[in-house]
Amino acid sequence: MEISKEKFRHVGINEEESQAIVRPSITYWQDAWRRLKKNKTAMIGLVVIIIMTIMAIIGPMMVPYVHSDTDLSNTEQPPSREHWFGTDDLGRDLWARVWVGARVSLFIGLMAALLDTLIGVVIGGISGFYGGKLDMILMRFIDVMIAIPGMIFIILIMVIVGSGVVPIIISFAITGWLGMARLVRGQILQLKEQEFVLAARTLGASSSRLIFRHLIPNTLGVIIVSLTMRIPSAIFTEAFLSFIGLGVKPPMSSWGQLASSGAAVLRVYPYRLFIPAFFISITMLSLNLFGDGLRDALDPRLRK
Amino acid sequence: MVRYIIKRFIVSIITVWILVTLTFFLVRALPGDPFLSEKITPEIKANMMRYYGLDKPLPVQYATYMSNLLKGDMGYSLRYKNRTVNAIIADAFPASAELGIRSLIFSVTVGLILGIIAALNHNKGWDYASMVIAVIGVSVPSFIVGALIQYLFGIKWKILPVAQWKSFAHTIMPTFALGLGTLALIARLMRTSMLEVVGQDYIKTAKAKGLSPFQVTVKHQIRNAILPVVTVMGPLVATLLTGTFVVEQIFAIPGLGRHYVLSIQNLDYTMVMGLTIFYGAFLVFMNFLVDIAYGLVDPRIRVGK
Repeated sequence: MEISKEKFRHVGINEEESQAIVRPSITYWQDAWRRLKKNKTAMIGLVVIIIMTIMAIIGPMMVPYVHSDTDLSNTEQPPSREHWFGTDDLGRDLWARVWVGARVSLFIGLMAALLDTLIGVVIGGISGFYGGKLDMILMRFIDVMIAIPGMIFIILIMVIVGSGVVPIIISFAITGWLGMARLVRGQILQLKEQEFVLAARTLGASSSRLIFRHLIPNTLGVIIVSLTMRIPSAIFTEAFLSFIGLGVKPPMSSWGQLASSGAAVLRVYPYRLFIPAFFISITMLSLNLFGDGLRDALDPRLRK
Repeated sequence: MVRYIIKRFIVSIITVWILVTLTFFLVRALPGDPFLSEKITPEIKANMMRYYGLDKPLPVQYATYMSNLLKGDMGYSLRYKNRTVNAIIADAFPASAELGIRSLIFSVTVGLILGIIAALNHNKGWDYASMVIAVIGVSVPSFIVGALIQYLFGIKWKILPVAQWKSFAHTIMPTFALGLGTLALIARLMRTSMLEVVGQDYIKTAKAKGLSPFQVTVKHQIRNAILPVVTVMGPLVATLLTGTFVVEQIFAIPGLGRHYVLSIQNLDYTMVMGLTIFYGAFLVFMNFLVDIAYGLVDPRIRVGK
């Protein structure tokens, strides 16, 4: 078959067009969000967490009872139209108690995680950046402290400072920052040798600017993942402490405290344990699933 | 290797010492004194204080406590009259240790098997099934698992004894409740580690040498993948140990964890102190063993230092 010359046309090269970027460039965070959205289990986790948070806010307002008000003529009621989750041994409405408990548990989880992340980031950042003797002393200190089992340390602090929401958060923060500091220090050590740090330094950036504006933002992915994982573990620890009678005490409510009082009457009123147990488990599950998804999404090695 | 062991040993000793010191001063910082609740005259109280050495200045008390501790003496319980903390530990530790060892064996074997099955069937039904078990195991606290199975198997269906610690049947539910979380962690870790190893060049080499798939999996993949699992054994033992606090409570097992919780609730300070130190020292020792085990299996540490 013959192909005639007329069938061809010279198009030339358009310099500008060949250099043009077709797809919009996306930042690290946009990319992470895009990948997170594709992860179904993580998104389910996120939705459940949001629902739990909303319910923690509006739940107690949905019933005409206050979580701490006793009603001795209506004790140990099974779930009914008046009391959606029933009442406890002093006639307190369990629906109100469950959602006030959700406030307490979620608040403790979030605050504890934020506090020990903050302490860990500052100490880890400084330790990794300055290095030398300061770093050595801090790291030996952390080595020793981390070897003391966290739960035992927390229990000891709780025995001394007493129970309640604030002591719990403080004791979690005291024990929880060690791992975060180590993690951040490791990241900073890797990053500080890179060119952008040298460039910033050449431009006259101060040390604190280098740490907080250049180095820590670059470790943010790792920090956020670790923060997300700290929340369920703090919620778990609170529930554990309340279960053994150290954490939140009645008439205040928390999921662990509800589970604890439910376990005492398990033979007769099993739903009193199962209701808070269900919410603890489902929240921990969602947070874990979301945290796993977030870790995958923020890991540049998994970028496609 | 010897230097490595010595270094780890020194760190462990320092850790235990710091733990003891911290515990001592934290407990002494409490307001009031141990005899506050008892109706006794000031003279008797002063006698008691002198008997227990509580009238002396703090550094002297600390020195006394430390020297007693070095002899292995942790003093008397404030709650159980005429019983020493040592005697209580000696009484209660066996049941706890048995529960702990059973749970450890259960969680390590089943966890490893689940992780290996999941990794070998990556992205297939078995993988998903194992990971669902693992995620649930991580998310549901041991006291909920314990209470739930106690209700179902013990109270409702009456298959297993509800509580106490007498025969093998009594041990099944506590072991499961205590071990499930650890099992889940091990399964997840083993799966990730197996999947990382499978992409390594030495697996390719092993296959190219003509080894059977079984040999490649067992001798090359599993053996290398198990290393990260060994490192987390220390923290896992700690998780199991704190788990005994609630599991023993739920199943009425006469172990140390239950004593610990009771002593906290009763504010029995010598018991709290003694048990805290005992637990702490025990865990530090376990970590030390794990470090050595890791040094033995990891050639980089074995040869390097």
